[in-house]
Amino acid sequence: MPQISQILETYASQFFWLLIVFGLLYFGIGRAMLPRIEATVDARDAKIAGDLAAAEKARAEAVDLEGAWQAELTQTRSAAQAEAQKAKAKAQKDAEGRLAKADAEIAEKSAKAEASIAKARKTALAGIDAVAADAAQDIVAKVSGIKVTPAQAAQAVKTVLANG
Amino acid sequence: MASEGGKIDPMHQFMIEPIAPLNLAGYDISFTNSSLFMLIVLGTIWLFMLGGMKRDLVPGRWQAAVEGLTGFINDMVTTSVGPEGKAYVPLVFSLFMFILTANFMGMMPFGIVPGVHAFTVTSHLTVTAVLAVLSFGTVLVVGLWKHKLHFFSLFVPHGTPWWLMWLIPFIELFSFLIRPFSLALRLFVAMTAGHVLMKVLAGFVINGLNADAAWVAPVVSLPSFILMIGITMLELLVCAIQAYVFALLTSLYINDAVNLH
Repeated sequence: MPQISQILETYASQFFWLLIVFGLLYFGIGRAMLPRIEATVDARDAKIAGDLAAAEKARAEAVDLEGAWQAELTQTRSAAQAEAQKAKAKAQKDAEGRLAKADAEIAEKSAKAEASIAKARKTALAGIDAVAADAAQDIVAKVSGIKVTPAQAAQAVKTVLANG
Repeated sequence: MASEGGKIDPMHQFMIEPIAPLNLAGYDISFTNSSLFMLIVLGTIWLFMLGGMKRDLVPGRWQAAVEGLTGFINDMVTTSVGPEGKAYVPLVFSLFMFILTANFMGMMPFGIVPGVHAFTVTSHLTVTAVLAVLSFGTVLVVGLWKHKLHFFSLFVPHGTPWWLMWLIPFIELFSFLIRPFSLALRLFVAMTAGHVLMKVLAGFVINGLNADAAWVAPVVSLPSFILMIGITMLELLVCAIQAYVFALLTSLYINDAVNLH
């Protein structure tokens, strides 16, 4: 095994070169390059963490904003509803008032009309008595030649009409 | 692969051969194939990490791979040690990357170029011992510096009954002192055994094909080749697992030093 049989001739060379190489490796790479690579990784991690925090903050802001907007929307909607309710009530009251007025007018008109109809009827009825009495007087005179006084005719007509 | 007369030596791959002889104060510090592969490993790690230095906010594929690996080690250390573990991430990362890349470099098929041989740096006890001592030494230094002599309370676990006080601290001390050896030997043995096994199987394939009897090739070489594919996959897995185990144990030991029990 050369590792053991050669050990006395080679140990100095092995130690010497290994210490040089490992020294270069430790100080040139381990202590010089490695920290810079780790600094890059740390910077990246910090950047990612910072970006994530910023994104989280922006999200929270957006949620807040949305909540405020929602609240405002609700408020506006309820205000609009109240306004509409008020307008509706007012319109109803207006309509009721006008309806009542129109009703009253119509009632008045119809009462007047009824009164005039009743009057006309009365006049007409009174007219019928007179016409009937005249007609009866004429008919009696023509049929029997008896002169009947208008009063008598009127009396007869009245009796007949009352019975009829 | 020293194939002399059809004999393939599975240990030859671990030979350290000098490329440029050097001498410093009486010590032989020659630049060897092992040193060359250490530099290749360092260069590979450096190239890999360089791809992660674009520092884009949105990472590309390469940057994501580098950040995935650094994040993996960072998570492991932070989970084991806690927030104080940040300071030890460079050490654990360096250990993990060096072992992982060295393991994989030894698995690379450089052998298809004639005269080039892959060398597994981590299959050498001298290398794994240094890495283990680095890990163990960090634990000792950090523990003693942070907790002074109170560090030795590590050897007296909470709730130890008084009548076991003569035994438990010694067991704890022993298990503490064995750590660098287990760290070094585990990696060394895993890498050596895997490479020996692969080389032996490769020897079966080659010698089977070169055999005089025609029946040897289908009976020996083919099953060995199929088995070798599986073993190679397993060995790649072992490469990653050994690097992970070394890094994880190091961070657990650092946890002991930083937080005691």
